[in-house]
Amino acid sequence: MSQVLFFIAAIGALTGAIGVVMLRNPFYSVLALVVHLIALAALFLLLRAEFVAAAQVVVYAGAVMVLYVFVVAYIGGADEPLTRGGAALKILGPLFALAVAIELCIAVLGSALKGISGKGAPYVPGFGTPAHIGTLFLTTYLFPFEAASLVLLVSAVGAVVLARRRRGLEDIDEREERRFHPARPAYTGTMAESTGHVPMQPPESAGNGNGHAPEPEPEPEPVGEPQ
Amino acid sequence: MPIGWYLVLSALIFCIGAAGVLTRPNPLVILLCLELMLNAANLSLVAFSRMWGGEDGQVFALIVMVVAACEVTVGLGLIVAIYRRQMAINVDELNELHG
Amino acid sequence: MSPTTFGWLILLFPLLGTIVIGLSYPRLSGRAAGWIGTAAIALAFASAIGALITILGHSENHRELTSSLWNYDVTVGVNAQLSILIDPLSVFMALIVSGVSMLIHVYSVAYMDSDRGYTRYFAYLNFFVFSMLLLVLAGNFLLLIIGWAFVGAASYMLISFWYRRKTATQAGMKAFVINVLGDVGLVFGTFFIFKHTGTLDFVSAFRDVPHVFTHNQGDLVAGCLLLLVGAFAKSAQVPLHTWLPDAMEGPTPVSALIHAATMVTAGVYLIARMHPLFEQAPAAADVGAVVGCATLLIAATIAIVVTDIKRVIAYSTMSQIGYMIMGVSVGAYSAALFHLMTHSFFKALLFMSAGSLISAMGGEQSLDKMGGFRKAMPFTFICFIIGGLALSGMPPFSGWLSKDDIIAYLDHRGGAFEVLGILGYVGALLTGIYTFRMIFRAFFGTPCEEARELEQGHLFHAEVPFNPQTGEQEDTDVGFPGPAHHIAERDPVMKAPMGMLALLAVVGGVLQIPGIDNGIQRFLAPTFADSRLVRDAPSTGSDWLGLAVGAVIAIIGISIAYRVWIVKPGTSTKLRERFALPYTLFVNKWYFDELIDFAVVRPAQWGGRFADSVLERVVIAGGVTGSVTGLVRAGSAAVRRAQTGFVRYYAALVVVGLSGLVLYFLITST
Repeated sequence: MSQVLFFIAAIGALTGAIGVVMLRNPFYSVLALVVHLIALAALFLLLRAEFVAAAQVVVYAGAVMVLYVFVVAYIGGADEPLTRGGAALKILGPLFALAVAIELCIAVLGSALKGISGKGAPYVPGFGTPAHIGTLFLTTYLFPFEAASLVLLVSAVGAVVLARRRRGLEDIDEREERRFHPARPAYTGTMAESTGHVPMQPPESAGNGNGHAPEPEPEPEPVGEPQ
Repeated sequence: MPIGWYLVLSALIFCIGAAGVLTRPNPLVILLCLELMLNAANLSLVAFSRMWGGEDGQVFALIVMVVAACEVTVGLGLIVAIYRRQMAINVDELNELHG
Repeated sequence: MSPTTFGWLILLFPLLGTIVIGLSYPRLSGRAAGWIGTAAIALAFASAIGALITILGHSENHRELTSSLWNYDVTVGVNAQLSILIDPLSVFMALIVSGVSMLIHVYSVAYMDSDRGYTRYFAYLNFFVFSMLLLVLAGNFLLLIIGWAFVGAASYMLISFWYRRKTATQAGMKAFVINVLGDVGLVFGTFFIFKHTGTLDFVSAFRDVPHVFTHNQGDLVAGCLLLLVGAFAKSAQVPLHTWLPDAMEGPTPVSALIHAATMVTAGVYLIARMHPLFEQAPAAADVGAVVGCATLLIAATIAIVVTDIKRVIAYSTMSQIGYMIMGVSVGAYSAALFHLMTHSFFKALLFMSAGSLISAMGGEQSLDKMGGFRKAMPFTFICFIIGGLALSGMPPFSGWLSKDDIIAYLDHRGGAFEVLGILGYVGALLTGIYTFRMIFRAFFGTPCEEARELEQGHLFHAEVPFNPQTGEQEDTDVGFPGPAHHIAERDPVMKAPMGMLALLAVVGGVLQIPGIDNGIQRFLAPTFADSRLVRDAPSTGSDWLGLAVGAVIAIIGISIAYRVWIVKPGTSTKLRERFALPYTLFVNKWYFDELIDFAVVRPAQWGGRFADSVLERVVIAGGVTGSVTGLVRAGSAAVRRAQTGFVRYYAALVVVGLSGLVLYFLITST
């Protein structure tokens, strides 16, 4: 039974992996990765690593992938075709990876490790439970535990710093506006000015707050012209 | 199943991830493939922990997960910053650090 | 005080003078630097007199004293000390050098006044006197070479004193290069001598010479010839003479001191000091005599045709030094040194008077433009006459007694030397001719414009200062040469030394009248006691015969000059046309400059250009450094291509590396 489950989970994992690599739309790649992660959680359960499987689903598939989804939604993500720099790598990349895969398989299958041909050590009750993992975290692996929390803090701060806006409450559209349409002196006569579209320096005389060009004086009507 | 199968599976997933890193130009997808590789490593870690009977491998795998999360955070922050500066989201065009 | 203490004092005072004047440069005003320098040299002269008196107090056999201040290096084989030698020859030379220098310093105080470089001038002049005194007082080859080099340096500094003049700096460089050539000869000659005698000290080396060297031994002849190269370069003998006429670019007192009285006599002093070596290698001494004779004739012929007054006197110097070199090479030591003394008197006098004349001309030095200064400048005229008569060898002036003494000695030695003696008389004839040509052209005839102005009491100033050689306008942005002119008639500070020298030129011969007192000969006898040739002196009778012949020849020379330039004024032009070929040869200075340019300068320049374009650029810069840098650049360019900037390329490299590593472990584990 476990073998059937193993094969199902394995095929799910592989499918997800191949989906990540081959799907053109990054959004679909994210979803494929979620599938892969859940399959991997199933494999963890087969290996009796309960806590790790739960953490995998909750943290990885739940939090990290949600973050990914948000970013992909923000950025958009039509896939662009490969540029010239990568044409060679499109063929060579899978080739190199295949080479590594073959070598690794040879290494695993050809090794003389007796342990991997078995099903593992005899089962100890409580193996993989949160209790045991927690004990380990707080005793033997206390330092990595604390260090990991520090790393999380640092990366959170780093992410905020990287992605923050530079100018307070300015919107990205306004920045773009200012870069491509710098302020022009008043009364230079552009269409943008006459329609009130462009923000410009306030003229010396009136202090118009709304940024519109002052209306030109209406021409005096010639006397006696009928309306 | 013999533990060896898990290891082979892990190797395959790793290499698929490597192929993805080398092939795709979109940095988001590259990060996803990096996740694949990390997960493959996690799988082999947990497999070995099962083999030995101690939970050390699982602890290691949890730490790997933490680190992966951090790395994803920072990487995505970078990509957002790149997007904000109207630069292309394509590693082939972000190539100015060259000799 | 002992003579050696006086010797150190002689050296100390000019050195102190240099240092004081040099260090006080911006703060001395007016003529202060001049008087300080003169005081330093006057003290040196007083110390020389002190040395003379004390050494005369010693008995005749004990007049050779050395004193060492410091050991540079006393190891096996080399004994180099800071030592001076006080013996009659060095005291004699020190007296002449310090005495004439003192008079020229006094003259310069007035002549160089208003020159912007006044202080610098006196610092240099004191340094020169110090180096010359170091040269003559040196007790070993080491200090001699040091003094020799310093004198060359001082000469360079003083010739190119007005350094804004291109001709002056070029002349300075020319003099220095030729002097360095002489330095090289001197040093190599020393090596040859040292190789056999094993000592640098004069006293011990000369004592060992007859035992260590055989007659005309190869090494000794080679060493002596190299020493002669040094002597010829310093004393401006053919073919290393080309610097002396150009050295007239310096101020006139410099020409008077360095290029008439002292520096150019260093070669004569050298040969006289090294007489044991030269007597043991007569082959080299004969070379010296022949070269001296050739020089005196060549210089005399050139002096007859040149028009620049300072250059006439310069060639005259060259000619007279030729007499002296001839004299010391054949053994007439005291005669030659006596001529050295009298020559310094009348030549310095002639240069000083020429300086006064050039000032009156407003900087013009060409005889073509001068004339009739007799009434306008009587004092200068009298000095010129006295100097000229002494130079020509007219009795009873000092020059007669000294120059003809040398020729009498040559005749006495007989054989081939008689030919040299006869050529010496020919030279004496030419001397009379060119000297009085100069005097008649400058002082007789219709007065030129400057003379007429001076007769009315105004001093002539040229509108713009100009270079007398090339006529181009001078750069006086920095003010030199000074704008004012000083002539003897108006400046008693100039008149005093000129008068003193005129007096000495007249009565100086009294020191060595053959048969009557022989003063110089007896004084110098202890130095030359070890000489074989000195014992073979001519008798008084033959001496007087030679002197009489010399007097007659001088009178003939002067009368020829009188006829050509005073009685029939157009004669010189007619002679010039008639003897056009010799005239061209003489006016072009026997083409020595062109010869040296062709044989030495051009190959050197070609060598330099070749070294620059081929050796430097192609081989070293291109080949050696270029190959190394090219290699590095190629290497780094190759490595740089790995930095493409493509992230996936780097990732591919990682994967490839990983696969390679795994492969390696796979293979090694099987």
